[in-house]
Amino acid sequence: MTETLRLAVVLAAKDLRVERRSRTALVSAVVFAALVLVIFNFARDPATVTAKMLAPSVLWVTFTFASMLTFNRAFSLEKENAAIDGLLLSPMPRGALFLGKYLANLAFVGTVQAVTLPLFVLFFNVGLGQALGGLLLTIVLATIGFVAIGTVFSAMVVRTRFADLMLPMLLLPFLVPPVMGAVAVTTRLLSGRPLSEQMAWLRFLGVYDVVFLTICAMVFPAIFDE
Amino acid sequence: MTTPPPATLPHLQARGIERRFGSARVLRGVDLTVRAGQLHVIAGPNGAGKTTLLRILAGLSRPSAGTVQVFGHGLREHPEHRREMGLLSHQSLLYDDLTPLENLTFAARLYDLPDPETAARAGLERVGLAHRADDPVRRLSRGMIQRVAIARALLHQPRIMLFDEPFTGLDAPSAARVLEVLRGQLAAGAALLVVTHNLAEVWPIASWVSVLVGGRWVIDEPRPDDREAFLTRLHEALGD
Repeated sequence: MTETLRLAVVLAAKDLRVERRSRTALVSAVVFAALVLVIFNFARDPATVTAKMLAPSVLWVTFTFASMLTFNRAFSLEKENAAIDGLLLSPMPRGALFLGKYLANLAFVGTVQAVTLPLFVLFFNVGLGQALGGLLLTIVLATIGFVAIGTVFSAMVVRTRFADLMLPMLLLPFLVPPVMGAVAVTTRLLSGRPLSEQMAWLRFLGVYDVVFLTICAMVFPAIFDE
Repeated sequence: MTTPPPATLPHLQARGIERRFGSARVLRGVDLTVRAGQLHVIAGPNGAGKTTLLRILAGLSRPSAGTVQVFGHGLREHPEHRREMGLLSHQSLLYDDLTPLENLTFAARLYDLPDPETAARAGLERVGLAHRADDPVRRLSRGMIQRVAIARALLHQPRIMLFDEPFTGLDAPSAARVLEVLRGQLAAGAALLVVTHNLAEVWPIASWVSVLVGGRWVIDEPRPDDREAFLTRLHEALGD
């Protein structure tokens, strides 16, 4: 287990280093997120649709689609020069490959969320106040599961001809439950309702994380077992 | 670390390797044995199945039938033996945005080498690229990238090396340097399998020569002394 974790950290650190050099995924994801927020903000008629009505859905749609841009990058960079063969030839267990990519994706998605959230507050003029703690918890819970699924599907589609198109098609149906739950909790938190009232949804997100993280870790090695 | 194998076991052995892609049979019952200190050359026309065979031997692709054993064990049952393999393929396995040093240090970490950066620098030194250690790979020439790829394949000192066209893109001094490196590996007891269109380059150090046509050996024998006579037979086998 220690060796698996070491290799996963080595792989994730490499991905972060490559991204720091190329800035391909993060810049496009952050720009995309900012654009979505701007468009939704100015497309809204403030007289008929209040910011609070629209904000939770916009926040999670932005998180979801911006994250997909980073998922696409996870394995497409391994396709370049067949670098994935170098990983598969090494003694690295497939579990470490999954964990490494998962950690890197978590870092990318976390960064996108960290940049998007202040922009969201700015554009929608939403005072997070007491809701901030609950919102952060919701973001963490919703992200853990959907990053796991994103990691598995990005590995699956990377060898197909239309990876960029295939990923959202496969991924979105699996993202509906956590996004739905996250939007429900966010709506209530922004309306000033206490976190203690949201325990059912938070439990649902927790169960989703455990179930899909486990399934993804089990399924992942088979993807590369040609 | 894996335990040293008994001396009598071949480093790499394949029996009855077949590979089908749909209805196309790319490999049709290929046998192969490579022992310590041997260099096995594989030649053949384009589309003969050489690269497919190499990928199967490396454990990157699964044969439709047949077995591959590394020191007497299957790679799937004993994945720890992957450590014994070094592969140089058509593609470099490198990350263009990283430098050669970063690429090799990353590889050294994957193989848990004691001092990854020192091992990476030594690897670059071996292929004469220490002076370009900190340039991104995307700025290197084709020949330089090939040398970095060779350094990566040899970095963890594998005892089995699978090389697909190792001299591609290399100028004469670089090819001579790589040949010296291969010689050194053979002297150290490694087993080498080299796929090449240019037999002349490895002929002096080869111990076995095979020619793959249509997924099966048409020539498979110890390297003869008379290269010209062999080339005549090779051309006949290829129908030239």
